[in-house]
Amino acid sequence: MIWRLAFATMLVLAAADKRSGYQDASPETRAMQDDDASNPGFLWVQQGETLWAERTGNAGRSCADCHASIRGVAARYPVFDARLGRPITLAQRIQQCRVERQGAGPLAPDSDALLGLTAYVGLQSRGMPIQVSIDGPARPFYEAGKALFETRQGQFNLSCAQCHDGLAGQRLAGSVIPQGHPNGYPEYRLEWQGMGSLERRIRNCMIGVRAEPFAADSPELADLELYLGWRANGLDVETPAVRP
Amino acid sequence: MVRVLISVPKRVKRGEAFDVKLLISHPMESGQRRDAMGEAIPRDIINSFVCTYNDDEVLRADLFPAIAANPFLSFAVTAEQSGTLTMTFIDDHGVVQTETASVTVE
Amino acid sequence: MMRRRFLVLTGSGLIVPLAPMHPARATPVQVAALIAELVGDATLRDERVKLDLPVMVENGNSVGMTVSVDAALGDVRSIDVFAEGNPLPHVLRVRFGPRAGAPRIATRIRLATSQTVTAVAKLADGSCWRDRVDLLVTLAACID
Repeated sequence: MIWRLAFATMLVLAAADKRSGYQDASPETRAMQDDDASNPGFLWVQQGETLWAERTGNAGRSCADCHASIRGVAARYPVFDARLGRPITLAQRIQQCRVERQGAGPLAPDSDALLGLTAYVGLQSRGMPIQVSIDGPARPFYEAGKALFETRQGQFNLSCAQCHDGLAGQRLAGSVIPQGHPNGYPEYRLEWQGMGSLERRIRNCMIGVRAEPFAADSPELADLELYLGWRANGLDVETPAVRP
Repeated sequence: MVRVLISVPKRVKRGEAFDVKLLISHPMESGQRRDAMGEAIPRDIINSFVCTYNDDEVLRADLFPAIAANPFLSFAVTAEQSGTLTMTFIDDHGVVQTETASVTVE
Repeated sequence: MMRRRFLVLTGSGLIVPLAPMHPARATPVQVAALIAELVGDATLRDERVKLDLPVMVENGNSVGMTVSVDAALGDVRSIDVFAEGNPLPHVLRVRFGPRAGAPRIATRIRLATSQTVTAVAKLADGSCWRDRVDLLVTLAACID
């Protein structure tokens, strides 16, 4: 156990050792991500781009009517929302805008429309380093997320940290265990045969260790995403990434 | 209507082969899977694809359930004059969808 | 969409997912029969067809594949691809028209398991050519 903790600490300290899941993917999967014309994630980006410009809701406003440029925005999420008094993910911000500013109904979680909008916004930060802030009021939520990451859970009694800090780079069956950085979401996952969110990925991990997954949009997931974002600081945004 | 992304070069040289790439948002449900209740999920795939340039055929393909979800196709085309690439595909419900892309020959 | 999987926790702390019951698979014999039907009386020879597939496949849900034929475009009647380890072995049939730039097609395919994939090209002169790739499909560790 001690060596695992030591290894985990080393990983967190040495930013240069941060590895995007891209580096652990096969050359074929990387090539699929590298070429926008063959990256299926762009089917969702295309949908998001259309929705971005579409006037909707009681306000009859489009996203583009208010937001001229969203370059770099996705690289900072999750952010602390002062009014809510807690961190909010990019998808939650998009939902908030829809409901409060556009007067439209929220999109279904993990729907193609929400994934598309999030991917479109994410793409505007592609190539920019993740810069998630845990300063000031965000700090306790970061601590909560970190604690969740390090808490053993489920029938297998495993924490996120045991695999993604302690055993990253080693193999689980035929696959390399990645460090688990959220730098490409929403991402096109070959396993899903489609696009999916970080929340979906985390829920799958929890099912994998036989734990009860956190509910969609639960505070736990936002805290965990805040911790994961901070942990990935400095890695380039790859949205829409392609992963096995 | 499914979403489609077609990539062609902006300009091509007369008579010289150029590559076309196509992505289609479609689950390509193979008919081999069962849902959480154990019920067979019916087959629903794009089974036929034809690409023409102006009025001449480029290629036609029969697609089977082994084609991956969100199908990707890439192939080479030659053009003697500027014109329109037309891609038509048909799904298991008989729905026909046609997408086009223009090509400028210099 | 979630399928039930059986998971085993090994002594080393790794999770090893076991594949679900195998669906029905085609067999090499069935594929040989399909190819024989396609080829007819012609002799099936290696060379002239190039089937590009990775020999180590990270995820069988989507495997990039390119098939090309070393022949003049007008001479290629058809390309067929067969995956003998899939429940339905016929993967693709392509015919080229006069505006094709080369007798070549790239796509992404599903492979149910480690197996041999065969591409067969039929030329206008009746000759038939093939290429085969033996590949290994590794099982994803964490599955939905």
